[in-house]
Amino acid sequence: MINPEAKLAANIFEKPDTASTREGFGKGVVEAGKADERVVVLTADLAESTQAHHFQKAFPERFIQVGVAEQNLATVAAGMANYGKIPFITSYAAFNPGRNWEQIRTTIALNDVPVIVCGMHAGVSVGPDGATHQALEDIAMMRALPRFTVISACDSEEGRKATLAAAKLGSPVYMRWGREKSPIMTTAETPFEIGKAMEFWRGESPSVAIFATGSLTHNALLAARELEKENISVVVANVHTIKPLDTEKILSLARECSAVVSVEEHQVHGGLGGAIAEFLASEAPTPMEFVGMHDKFGQSGTGAELIEHYGMGVKSIIEAVKKAKERSVKPS
Amino acid sequence: MSITDADVKNIESKALAIRKTIIEMLAEAKSGHTSGPLGMADIFAALYFHILKHDPKNPAWEERDRLILSNGHITPVRYAAMAHAGYFPVEECMTLRKFGSRLQGHPERDKLPGVETTSGPLGSGISQAAGYAYAARMDNKKFRVFCATSDGEHEEGNTWEGAMFAGKYRLTNLTAIMDRNNIQIDGNTEDVMPLEPLADKYRAFNWHVIEVDGHNIREFVDACDEARSIKEKPTMILAHTTPGKGVPSIEGDYRWHGNPPGKGPTDKIPADKQKETFLKELEANKP
Repeated sequence: MINPEAKLAANIFEKPDTASTREGFGKGVVEAGKADERVVVLTADLAESTQAHHFQKAFPERFIQVGVAEQNLATVAAGMANYGKIPFITSYAAFNPGRNWEQIRTTIALNDVPVIVCGMHAGVSVGPDGATHQALEDIAMMRALPRFTVISACDSEEGRKATLAAAKLGSPVYMRWGREKSPIMTTAETPFEIGKAMEFWRGESPSVAIFATGSLTHNALLAARELEKENISVVVANVHTIKPLDTEKILSLARECSAVVSVEEHQVHGGLGGAIAEFLASEAPTPMEFVGMHDKFGQSGTGAELIEHYGMGVKSIIEAVKKAKERSVKPS
Repeated sequence: MSITDADVKNIESKALAIRKTIIEMLAEAKSGHTSGPLGMADIFAALYFHILKHDPKNPAWEERDRLILSNGHITPVRYAAMAHAGYFPVEECMTLRKFGSRLQGHPERDKLPGVETTSGPLGSGISQAAGYAYAARMDNKKFRVFCATSDGEHEEGNTWEGAMFAGKYRLTNLTAIMDRNNIQIDGNTEDVMPLEPLADKYRAFNWHVIEVDGHNIREFVDACDEARSIKEKPTMILAHTTPGKGVPSIEGDYRWHGNPPGKGPTDKIPADKQKETFLKELEANKP
């Protein structure tokens, strides 16, 4: 059942409200701008699709257009942050950090300045644009950088809160955002803290822990509900912060359940699943299945079609849970 | 900021001291770049001993002018200039590139107070300086932002993105200084990838351009003064320099771009011996 402490929205299964996670960024960054006048927003010719235009309207004097130049986006922001501003840099994840990763590494991470890198339209769910625009490697790229915090919000409300928290962090942050509308699971009352995973669902005596990030967390919940009907009990934890990983939570759930499934709209290499596997391998080796993109590029189609086709739908999560459970060595 | 003959003489003597330190620190490190630092010694002496508003005893002073070094590999000239200006003891220069040193092979902001940015990977300095200048203007700050950049890194797209940005936003508080020494690792710039006409390119990007002899202190100081008076545009001081300046046996030879004394391109001379030769050449050719 739904974990009451998560204070999730009513009716998240039947008819959830929907919004894209990037809309949460649009709202959150305006609130962050109100709270702190050092906040500035830069975009590389994508004000509206990144939702930065809300900030542009609210604070035109703190909005900076750099043109289609993602390397400049990162480096101009690095200079501004070095001076004392708190810049959010916005473009598609395929280009930011896809194209400007070295600039991010040298002038933001190594330079140690608090720039918040926002990669929009991440994942296959961006759909018709096709593989060039479907960033599936961004978590891996950013997770590898020292000093960076990496956040992937599960819905627009969590994204709003994460944006506010990122502005206050004082160190480099990568935030990953989706284009398509997705179910809003969390509410204003849902606790949010960078680095703290949260159980959204807990069955009785669970045998598998599902760690999900981004909007696929909703698919994980749908899978949990289906599995319950088959008397397979799971925990679903929303891992919005991929770095630093909530190792305490992951370790306790892995020990409790004895089998683990990761769910993410990202290559299975180097993303959330990779991070959890690296950690568990050294602390508590646990049978694990990975739901995500298996070393492929996407293609054009609707977001829903692509999620199903590439094995990130509810059915695939159910299969992964069953497989993980079979492999588990939990003593009865 | 006018300049007297005595000032010029003083800066020239500082430039000589900086060059000597560069030779000594590179010989000690047994790695690093020789040509670029020697070529920029006059300009860095003028910056640290005349042009920049700064306080070596208070590197974090908020109102200081910012000097952003884009081509991080010439950092020995900055380290030497900083040491002679009093940021740290000159002896510390001998730790360059060694384990545990604050003087990293390419400069890092969080290692050494007074270094404004981490740099080395080319092409990102103009953009950072432009972002810095833009942010400072938002807050009506009076300090100036300087960016030392190389000619070779004008083969990087990021450089031109930054130039376009600074031109669009009319960043009058930004002065860039290009070390136009015509060399890069693989050869002469115009052979590797032709860059000219650089002055016209910058003018087309809405910059004010001043060409100077990068070894003529008075010309360079005057250009910085002129940049200060330009109210509509950022300024690019295109400084024509001689790589390896002061050591005639290596002047102008691109093969000395990335080698320290003792690791010359053709000869096998021990580092200590070559260091002494270079120091003698410096002394014999001082202004």
